[in-house]
Amino acid sequence: MLSAAENHARPAVQITALRKSYGTNEVLKGIDLEVKPGEVVAIIGKSGSGKSTLLRCINGLEVFQEGSLRVDGKPLLYESAMAMRELRQRVGMIFQSFNLFPHLSVGKNVMLAPHLVKKKDGKENETRARQLLQRVGLAEKFDAMPDQLSGGQQQRVAIARALAMEPAVLLCDEITSALDPELVGEVLRVVESLADEGMTLLMVTHEMNFARKVSDRVIFMHQGRVHEMGPPEEVFGNPQTPELKQFLSSLHD
Amino acid sequence: MMEFSNWDIIKNLLIAARWTVGLSLIAFLCGGFVGALLLVLRLSKIRGMDRFVSLYVQLFQGTPLLMQLFLSYFGLALIGIETTALQSATLALTLFTSAFITDIWRGCVIAIPKGQWEAAQSLAMSFGEQLRYVILPQAVRIAIPPTVGFSVQVVKGTALASIIGFVELTKAGGMISNATYQPFLVFSVVAAIYFVLCFPLSLYAKMLERKIHAQRR
Ligand SMILES: Nc1ncnc2c1ncn2[C@@H]1O[C@H](COP(=O)(O)OP(=O)(O)OP(=O)(O)O)[C@@H](O)[C@H]1O
Ligand SMILES: [Mg+2]
Repeated sequence: MLSAAENHARPAVQITALRKSYGTNEVLKGIDLEVKPGEVVAIIGKSGSGKSTLLRCINGLEVFQEGSLRVDGKPLLYESAMAMRELRQRVGMIFQSFNLFPHLSVGKNVMLAPHLVKKKDGKENETRARQLLQRVGLAEKFDAMPDQLSGGQQQRVAIARALAMEPAVLLCDEITSALDPELVGEVLRVVESLADEGMTLLMVTHEMNFARKVSDRVIFMHQGRVHEMGPPEEVFGNPQTPELKQFLSSLHD
Repeated sequence: MMEFSNWDIIKNLLIAARWTVGLSLIAFLCGGFVGALLLVLRLSKIRGMDRFVSLYVQLFQGTPLLMQLFLSYFGLALIGIETTALQSATLALTLFTSAFITDIWRGCVIAIPKGQWEAAQSLAMSFGEQLRYVILPQAVRIAIPPTVGFSVQVVKGTALASIIGFVELTKAGGMISNATYQPFLVFSVVAAIYFVLCFPLSLYAKMLERKIHAQRR
């Protein structure tokens, strides 16, 4: 249960009237979204509906033209490199293609950013990295190189690497889509444990069973808008719009 | 007439070859430095820099090194800037080499997947940190073979510096051949010296290429 005080805590992410275009192609057509601390939000929708673009706007990988975005109450300001660095320390991102740094060992992948950005010193940083790798079940891989790991292991390292920056919000963009089916479970279990521990999560996913199980809220995006939104039981069990109905039935073919 | 023994010929050519080596080093070090600078400017997304650098590249890749040497020696003198042959050669070779090197290295940076930049960015690293710790270490590995390959072109290109008065290997070859009437012998030795300078570079490039391919697997 959330206490009254927590209920009134400022939102982890607050998006207001956000619009984003690539050239003349408007991809996000006015998004309003508020994510509470500790909330787990699953974003679903057809290919091209703007799910990735929305996530990428939240950590400043994409520049949007209109609207505002706050993370932990801090507004996103492209002009200020300092403010962007601040923001990105609060927002972690995990990618479909892992994007581990191939020239660095697993341990160094995890330690690099805390060392550079947070100025963590060697011993403390290493202890923390080992803890995080342990948490994702890869304690023994500290000295391995990324290309010696399976896809599922690489993705778990990527999660540990993001956690090392102690983000307030974690963005996951189809993080199991590039994995062989038998490796999906090990990554989802890690994400689920993060959700259980109270991490604020925004995840784009095609794993509907997973979304239903761990999310507090499901967002259905359609043509650059939040088309339907609600608790998983409602979105999956009782879809209101024809678009969502059609999307859900298309998954069963 | 002065008598040249074979040893005299070789000795004089070797002395002149020092200029070939010296000019190559100057071209390569200065050109590499400027080329790296241009690359960073281009990647930094500072407004207008991309256009400036691509204009620079087109200009100095698109005109013969010979013209660049001419202009930086005689041309600068015409507008009242006196330069020594060494200064002019340094200038022209730097412009020429940097225009090629910055392009070669840019290709290597572009070959690094975009996801690497994005991952580094998402971890709140600054542009400089992304470049220094994530992109360049990967780009350098693929840059070595084409860079070494280009250095062979630079060594041969220094021969053109003779037109502004450098007695480097090729020029010395011409002079000695005129004096000795033994062009075949003289230019065979010249060719051999170029070969000895360039072959190890080519070999080194091939070896690195093979090594990197092996690591990829
Ligand atoms: N870099 C880009 N330049 C131009 N258009 C882009 C770019 N990235 C995405 N788009 C366009 O924006 C729209 C939304 O793309 P986005 O990647 O956000 O969709 P998505 O919902 O994540 O789809 P998917 O499920 O396939 O990942 C698409 O029409 C796409 O073509
Ligand atoms: Mg996507």
